[in-house]
Amino acid sequence: MPNLHIGDAVSAIVTWLQENVAGVFDAIAAITQWLLDVVLVALTGPPPLVIVVIAALLALWARGIGFAVFTVLGLLVVESMQLWTETMETLAIVLVASVIAVVIGIPTGIWAARSKRASVVVRPVLDFMQTLPVFVYLIPAVFLFGIGVVPAVVATFIFAIPPGVRLTELGLRQVDPEMVEASVAFGATPWQLLRQVQLPLAVPSIMAGLNQVIMMALSMVVIAGMVGAGGLGAVVVQGISRLDIAVGFEGGLAVVFLAIFLDRLTSAFPRPRRRAVAVADEAPEAVAVQAVPRVA
Amino acid sequence: MHPVLTQVGTTTSFLSPPIDKAISMATMIEARGLTKRYEPAGNERRRFRRRSETTETTGTLAVDGVDFDVEEGELFVIMGLSGSGKSTLLRMLNRLVDPTSGSLHIAGQDMLAMDDAQLRTTRNSTINMVFQHFALFPHRTVLENAAYGLQVRGIPEAERVERAQDALETVGLGRWGHVRPQELSGGMRQRVGLARALATDAQILLMDEPFSALDPLIRRDMQSLLLSLQEKVRKTVVFVTHDLNEAMRLGQRIMVMRDGRVIQLASGAEILSTPADDYVANFVSDVDRSRVVTVEHVMRPPLITARGDEHPQAVLDRMANVEGGGVYVVDERDRIIGVATDKHLADGIALHQERIDSLVCDDFTTIEIGSRLIEVMPLVGRHSVPLAVTDHDGRLIGVIPRAALLNTLADNGRSLNA
Ligand SMILES: Nc1ncnc2c1ncn2[C@@H]1O[C@H](COP(=O)(O)OP(=O)(O)OP(=O)(O)O)[C@@H](O)[C@H]1O
Ligand SMILES: [Mg+2]
Repeated sequence: MPNLHIGDAVSAIVTWLQENVAGVFDAIAAITQWLLDVVLVALTGPPPLVIVVIAALLALWARGIGFAVFTVLGLLVVESMQLWTETMETLAIVLVASVIAVVIGIPTGIWAARSKRASVVVRPVLDFMQTLPVFVYLIPAVFLFGIGVVPAVVATFIFAIPPGVRLTELGLRQVDPEMVEASVAFGATPWQLLRQVQLPLAVPSIMAGLNQVIMMALSMVVIAGMVGAGGLGAVVVQGISRLDIAVGFEGGLAVVFLAIFLDRLTSAFPRPRRRAVAVADEAPEAVAVQAVPRVA
Repeated sequence: MHPVLTQVGTTTSFLSPPIDKAISMATMIEARGLTKRYEPAGNERRRFRRRSETTETTGTLAVDGVDFDVEEGELFVIMGLSGSGKSTLLRMLNRLVDPTSGSLHIAGQDMLAMDDAQLRTTRNSTINMVFQHFALFPHRTVLENAAYGLQVRGIPEAERVERAQDALETVGLGRWGHVRPQELSGGMRQRVGLARALATDAQILLMDEPFSALDPLIRRDMQSLLLSLQEKVRKTVVFVTHDLNEAMRLGQRIMVMRDGRVIQLASGAEILSTPADDYVANFVSDVDRSRVVTVEHVMRPPLITARGDEHPQAVLDRMANVEGGGVYVVDERDRIIGVATDKHLADGIALHQERIDSLVCDDFTTIEIGSRLIEVMPLVGRHSVPLAVTDHDGRLIGVIPRAALLNTLADNGRSLNA
């Protein structure tokens, strides 16, 4: 067997990128940092009680009173564990990484659904992203973006984007072909077909994708703590490295609360907005028939 | 693609205009040699398929060189068993399926030469479709479904709501605009499908087994609805079905297909009386003739008629030469004024009446040309004169004595050719 130096090649590529297109990575880093700062200011600027009320209202709107109570209790526990700032930092990382994943993932999913070739290209890339051990791309991310929260967001984004792409593609492909045919038969352009028929019908699948994106992002927080991203990841890492059970457990508990909260919140939306009214089959039919003159 | 063929086709249709309708008509759909061959699925897919009977290298010849014309305002039926290529042929008419070869003109325009934008315009405003399983959008209300074609066209919301509402009222669903299609019964859903196609004012409707998913009673209602709509709005309809009774009830002309080819293209009555081959004969063997055959095939000209200004004695003299106790009295344009019976005429003579128009009574029944025999049966033999057949302006063009009707129904259709 010839000795292939794939690792060396990748390393060379990263070095080349570092030396030649550093501007691009600096720009990405700056934008990401700016987004994080904005979100973080919004989350930690107001007193915790304001955030608790907003979160509770969101929970009430999405699922009802039980979920709202859970949310309030959970956040109060977090606050009482003195982990408020860390939790908000983690939430900011998750939100920013998820938003980027959605903004890039949904169009990619649409593209993959529309073109067979795109789908063939995208699929193995997604598989690669999902199965490659996270540390493996955390290292180049650190090289390219430096230590801190930005490489954590980038790594989180890479880890979290696949379900966003996959479920968007799946949702679009699963739209009843007769719906597509009807739209095309009425002269819809590809864009009208997508916007008026395919995307609305794929919403449940896309929302499921969004939910998974956020869950995947959250599962990266601990690892993100290792590259200096702060947040709950740092708390847990600290607990591990000092073998401090109390600190580790408290950090873990906050992560679990965030996970449940985000999961319940984002899985609430594919549900139908209106309850279907049960209409008896015969009555309306009779009415409708009478309204039309019969031909003898 | 075949200019020569096209030329011939046009000429032929001018030389032999359809006999059954007197309205002047233009050819809306002109298909020549339409052919569709489905290529087998690509190799990379076939490799994993075990059962590969259908994937021969030649592909499937779904439609094989089909020629036909559809006139403006006609209800044209395509009939055949499952797999005979009906849906494929229908979808070639709006190019949801692209023909492998052949030529196609819709409303005079070469459909196969159109670019994407022209094709979309044509689909939106000339040739609409109604689907077997309704294909309504579940995320839109009934009204929004009906307005879909107009939305695609970019009509402002207010106007499109108004026109969609009109279309819904036409199909009897005026009050149901706000609900979702899932909340409606099957028949009502297909009314929405119909309204969606009516709202755009497209001249041509393609209907692919639109009523086959409905139970029989609802299906009959929907057929009636379609026929009554045809009276009012006169679309050019291409209607696919595998139900012969439906074909016979709706179709002015019926095209019977098998294995992608046309076996016979004729009126329902012609198909009944002279089926092209055993396949068609088998098909029609269990059709109820009285639902198919129209009065023109049974009527004969009246033996005598009278004018309103004639003398009763003259009319009575003429009646002496024929059997029957009465005579139709018509005006100068052959419209029926009434019936003069022999008894009334004799009374009139005794009273020294000079004209018979004061003596007529309304002891008669009329039926319009185009009616089916099943509608005639309860009407014949009630009066002293045979049933009168009139054209759309009320002019007397023939009569149906009871014997003629019974003869036709008894005689397995042979007298239809007479
Ligand atoms: N997309 C397709 N790819 C390959 N073959 C097809 C395709 N669509 C139809 N066919 C084949 O073409 C032939 C005609 O099919 P088509 O659907 O036009 O028949 P049909 O008369 O409408 O039948 P049905 O009454 O079942 O709807 C069949 O043999 C069918 O298997
Ligand atoms: Mg079909």
